[in-house]
Amino acid sequence: MATRTEVLGAPLARTGPLERVRSRPAILLGGSVVALFVVLILGVALGSVAVAPADTVAILAHRLLGLDLGATWTPAAETIVMDLRLPRVLAAMVVGLGLAVAGVTFQGILRNPLADPYVLGTASGAALGAAIAVLIPIRIALLGFGLVQVLAFVGALLAVTVVYRFSRTGTLAPLTSLLLTGYAVGSLLAAGLAMTMYLSGTNLRQIFYYLLGGFEGTSWSQVLLTAPIILLATIAILARARSLNGFLLGEETAAHLGVDVRRERAILLGLASLITAAAVSISGLIGFVGLVVPHVVRLVVGPNARWVLPLSAIIGASLLAAADLVARLAGGIPVGVVTAIIGAPFFLVLLRRARTGYEL
Amino acid sequence: MSAVDTPVVELVGVDAAYRERVVLSGIDLSIAPGERVAIVGPNGAGKSSLLRVVTGTLRPSAGRVTLDGDPVERLDRMAIARRLAVVPQAGALPFAARVEEVVGLGRLAHEDPFRGHRPADRAAIAAAIERVGVGGLLGRDARELSLGERQLVLLAMAVAQAAPVLVLDEPTVHLDLRHQVETMDLLVDLNRRDGTTIVAVLHDLGLAAHFFPRLVLMAHGRIVADGAPDNVLVDDRIREVFGVDPAFVRRSGGQTGVSAIDGVPASR
Repeated sequence: MATRTEVLGAPLARTGPLERVRSRPAILLGGSVVALFVVLILGVALGSVAVAPADTVAILAHRLLGLDLGATWTPAAETIVMDLRLPRVLAAMVVGLGLAVAGVTFQGILRNPLADPYVLGTASGAALGAAIAVLIPIRIALLGFGLVQVLAFVGALLAVTVVYRFSRTGTLAPLTSLLLTGYAVGSLLAAGLAMTMYLSGTNLRQIFYYLLGGFEGTSWSQVLLTAPIILLATIAILARARSLNGFLLGEETAAHLGVDVRRERAILLGLASLITAAAVSISGLIGFVGLVVPHVVRLVVGPNARWVLPLSAIIGASLLAAADLVARLAGGIPVGVVTAIIGAPFFLVLLRRARTGYEL
Repeated sequence: MSAVDTPVVELVGVDAAYRERVVLSGIDLSIAPGERVAIVGPNGAGKSSLLRVVTGTLRPSAGRVTLDGDPVERLDRMAIARRLAVVPQAGALPFAARVEEVVGLGRLAHEDPFRGHRPADRAAIAAAIERVGVGGLLGRDARELSLGERQLVLLAMAVAQAAPVLVLDEPTVHLDLRHQVETMDLLVDLNRRDGTTIVAVLHDLGLAAHFFPRLVLMAHGRIVADGAPDNVLVDDRIREVFGVDPAFVRRSGGQTGVSAIDGVPASR
């Protein structure tokens, strides 16, 4: 056995700090909630015009909680905090949370460690929707939502629906069929996107900007419309953590363990797709958060979805808000670039591990 | 079987097919509580399909299947999981999972849906680990285990499910001889001490005849014999069903000779 262990890499640590965290994931959850608040304060305080963290806390406490902390601040600082930075930070958090939760769900249901929230065509559906919206000369704005956001949301959901319907051939929709259908539909939509971009002329930059992803100019109404969708769907997924656990050993075993496979798969995929669609509608395409965060969390606490889901949610929220902060401080580079620069090397390491550790 | 006992598993006139391909036809089978039944037969005889019909994962095209007298199609998966545990074939795990975490999955139908394992679940998990003898594997990533070890972990998972019926499809396929015999002994023990009904598909006629008082022989989707090993594994039938010389079957196992496990005290 020893030789086998050596060949396959080090066994999970049995002692040491990692082990202690693994046996008490509540500590990790507490720690990540603290990190989330730190990122929130920093994200609102830092920027081209810095607002002192103490003032930031005071403004937030005053405006959100009605508390008077005895500090004074300028009206300009209040405008920056409340109207410009807070919605942006909250949007990044909600999107990061959503993408991480959707990632856990897609990876769990599809039993594929390389699945991400975009695996079933959401990304290409949203991209095509957004690109078409850019080309349509009508400008509507409803509660802060332009045609781009609306068509991205609709495109994402349509793409997933088409993929799911097409993949359902036999009695049990096989996962391979789902993945391959996702790939095929994704390719078709990507061709549509390429064609749209080719025809877009001067609007190319606007489409390109959407594809890179970001939170520039996110409004309160966008946050307030998408946050409930993402948070409610997240709670609904959390309530089904037991089913998600059942899928660990495959659909047939899930059924034997007590999971109504067809129903739970449809509900969980539907909720995760809804989250993804809501997230991409306000942020564009942001990669790697939904892929990487669930893996990091699983490495620490193991596969139990009851812990992986809430931890991924909190860490995903902190991470994307932090990435957006870095993007802003670096002079407004797209946040998708930041997550890719952090995420891609991590992903490469993961792939190296995949040769030995993962069985696909 | 006593007349007053409702069969834990009963199939009456069951036909089943995957699309056009008929895999079961005219199956009548009744299993009483506390029985130990081995299903044997050549490849493609319909043994696994029979298990899938019993576990409600393959819907019959005709006939009826009941668990404890209740039609299986009217039970939800949770209810079935509390009545019937299935030992899966060792398959790939997409993520790292410790042995105890895999065994813990057996409690899915019992645990609190939101908070997870309660003390009773943890006790059942510990008991199953002890019973199957996988305590030495605790803390290991299940993906690093050999196929045989994984098979035992999955057996422990099904034992933790604590269902009155335990269903196994080729439970010994990846096991060495010692673990094959130990697994069989464990099944006998679960059957004798806990009254668990055991239904197992077995390829090894020697193990089947030695450890199971009742054999169901299948061929071409039908049950061709059902009864005590000596009555089921008769020479003409072996020649006809398996297409081999019965002397060969006897040498590698078979009705009375169990050369493969000579030297092991009979548990029958």
